[in-house]
Amino acid sequence: MTSANTPLRTPAQSAELLRGHVTVAALKERLIRGVLFLCALVSVITTLAIIFVLVTESIVGVGSNTAFFQDVSVWEFLTETRWTPQYAEQHFGILPLLCGTLLVAGIAALLGLPVGLASAVYLSEYASPRTRKNVKPILEILAGIPTIVYGYFALVFVTPYLIRPVFQDLLGFNVSIYNALSAGIVVGIMIIPMVSSMSEDALRSVPRGLREAGYALGSTKFDVSARVILPAAISGILASFLLAISRAIGETMAVTIAAGQSPTLTLNPFESVQTMTSFIVNVSQGDTPVGTPSYKSLYAIALTLFCMTLAMNLLSHFIMRRFREVYE
Amino acid sequence: MSEQSQPVPHQSDEQSTVNGLQRTNASRSKQRIGVAFEFACRMSTWFSVAVLVVLLAGLIWKSWGWLDADFLTNFDSRHPGEAGIWAGIWGSVWLMFFTMLFSVPIGIGAAIYLEEYAPPTRLTRFIQINLSNLAGVPSIVYGILGLTTFVRMFGAFGANQKVLAISLGFGNLRIPLPLDRTVLSAALTLSLLIMPVVIVAAQEALRAVPGSIRHGSFALGATKWQTIRHQVLPASLPGILTGVILAVSRAIGETAPLLMVGAFMFVTSTPGGIQNPVDLLTNPQGVLDAPFEPFTAIPIQILNWVQHHKHEFEHVAAAGIIVLLVVLLVMNASAVLLRNRYQSKVRW
Repeated sequence: MTSANTPLRTPAQSAELLRGHVTVAALKERLIRGVLFLCALVSVITTLAIIFVLVTESIVGVGSNTAFFQDVSVWEFLTETRWTPQYAEQHFGILPLLCGTLLVAGIAALLGLPVGLASAVYLSEYASPRTRKNVKPILEILAGIPTIVYGYFALVFVTPYLIRPVFQDLLGFNVSIYNALSAGIVVGIMIIPMVSSMSEDALRSVPRGLREAGYALGSTKFDVSARVILPAAISGILASFLLAISRAIGETMAVTIAAGQSPTLTLNPFESVQTMTSFIVNVSQGDTPVGTPSYKSLYAIALTLFCMTLAMNLLSHFIMRRFREVYE
Repeated sequence: MSEQSQPVPHQSDEQSTVNGLQRTNASRSKQRIGVAFEFACRMSTWFSVAVLVVLLAGLIWKSWGWLDADFLTNFDSRHPGEAGIWAGIWGSVWLMFFTMLFSVPIGIGAAIYLEEYAPPTRLTRFIQINLSNLAGVPSIVYGILGLTTFVRMFGAFGANQKVLAISLGFGNLRIPLPLDRTVLSAALTLSLLIMPVVIVAAQEALRAVPGSIRHGSFALGATKWQTIRHQVLPASLPGILTGVILAVSRAIGETAPLLMVGAFMFVTSTPGGIQNPVDLLTNPQGVLDAPFEPFTAIPIQILNWVQHHKHEFEHVAAAGIIVLLVVLLVMNASAVLLRNRYQSKVRW
């Protein structure tokens, strides 16, 4: 019965209850409710389908189709330092891809997190309402630019006009045209709006009374911002950091274009690296036959990626809920 | 500019002299830190603005002289001077049409269920948490989902493609099974991708409708669905539409999932052979064929040009990006206009 759960019972429902039988109108109501429930279920089915697809192709095979980890041991996957699915001598070690992913995400975090947080502090604590009103839409535009545009930006502007003049001509490093640094920089730029808007929300939800108490005790604006407001909003800020890093790990097109396609185990930001996402794109663009280990490795990589981002998203929600300072 | 709402108390000099010289120095260095901190925060904010300006200026510079009428109406070509984005534009139009067709009704339906019907049970809470997690799943993972479920259909139909033909009088509907690398596969994938965004936006719009409207409708004897259909939905429609437009504008720029479901890099035809809006009426067979044909899209063509070894194609790519950004700008501007109109007109 629907009315048992819904707090509001409409007169029509009450009448139906009193009469003790179901009218056509009530049947229609129930049908609509059922259809809407199915719509809501689509999102759950999507999640289940993602997990099903990734697991059946990488962990347990269905029918005659063997899964990736039935062909390649988990131990090799996690410890082998070569990733050469396209060569005659195949090696499936995720470390080079993981290293590339973390290198790019690390550079992005180094740029995006501090800049995003600082602009959140500026917008929340220092900026005049007019500046806020003008700057926020610009951040939104930046957030809405497709990632392929950032990839182009990295390849055509950041590497030749920023990285090469500084690091190659001035400091003497050997900078490859595809390099992790340019990818990291543009991914960092991409996460700034996200960090900034989420952190700003966290900063603004700190009650005004705390600021005024700080000023009343003779603190400077810097003291209030850095020693009162930031610690008070730390849970929201950390949550935004985690979401941003998760986004940086899952970022695909900008990284594929800017960082290149060579799975080397290196921490040198001037070299070309392959991330997990760009490997997936690479396989999909080639003619890898369905059913071969190198084709199935795509699912194993995707599963790893899915687990990493899911863990960070869940952790972010947990921090938000668990450590939120509740005022009033 | 910076300090107008809140007073900034400085430690007064009198106080400092009372405590001696050291205190003065400490207070000065403190002030200096404060100034430096504010400067750093201000620069961080303007950094984003500067990036946007450089990005746009650079794109205009690179595409200068390349973005003309021929670029818009030509098919792709091996010669940079003749390459155009016509196939991409039509591909993106078809993709967006079908993506909206699937994601908007289901998304709004889900939002109505969650906001208006759902009892506060564990399942409801799970659906809600699941939504926010889905929004954080990398788009390439959706691409893999689409590749397996729509393009290959789990390999359930064997190696040979079967075609399910349905005669509709004015034309034949020919559905390939599995769906293969078609407009429909890609649109279904993009629908799943933007569904969480549509649902969350619609939920917010529904939540903004005050309870008194519902109570009033119930009091007049309306059923739950009548209330939603005639009161709540119309009142929240502008908000929902704004969310839908923003979600679709995200889908237009998506590249990775389209690559996964097999968008073609180099295409010199449009889906169904339809090349102008009049064809939609005069060529019914083309309309029926369009969802089941190979396709490309604006971002895919851009990627093709970015990766091209010929140097001139970076100008073509810049022109393509400008087209993409203009489409996005138009969509976002209409969303903002809609929001403003709605905010100024509706008062509860």
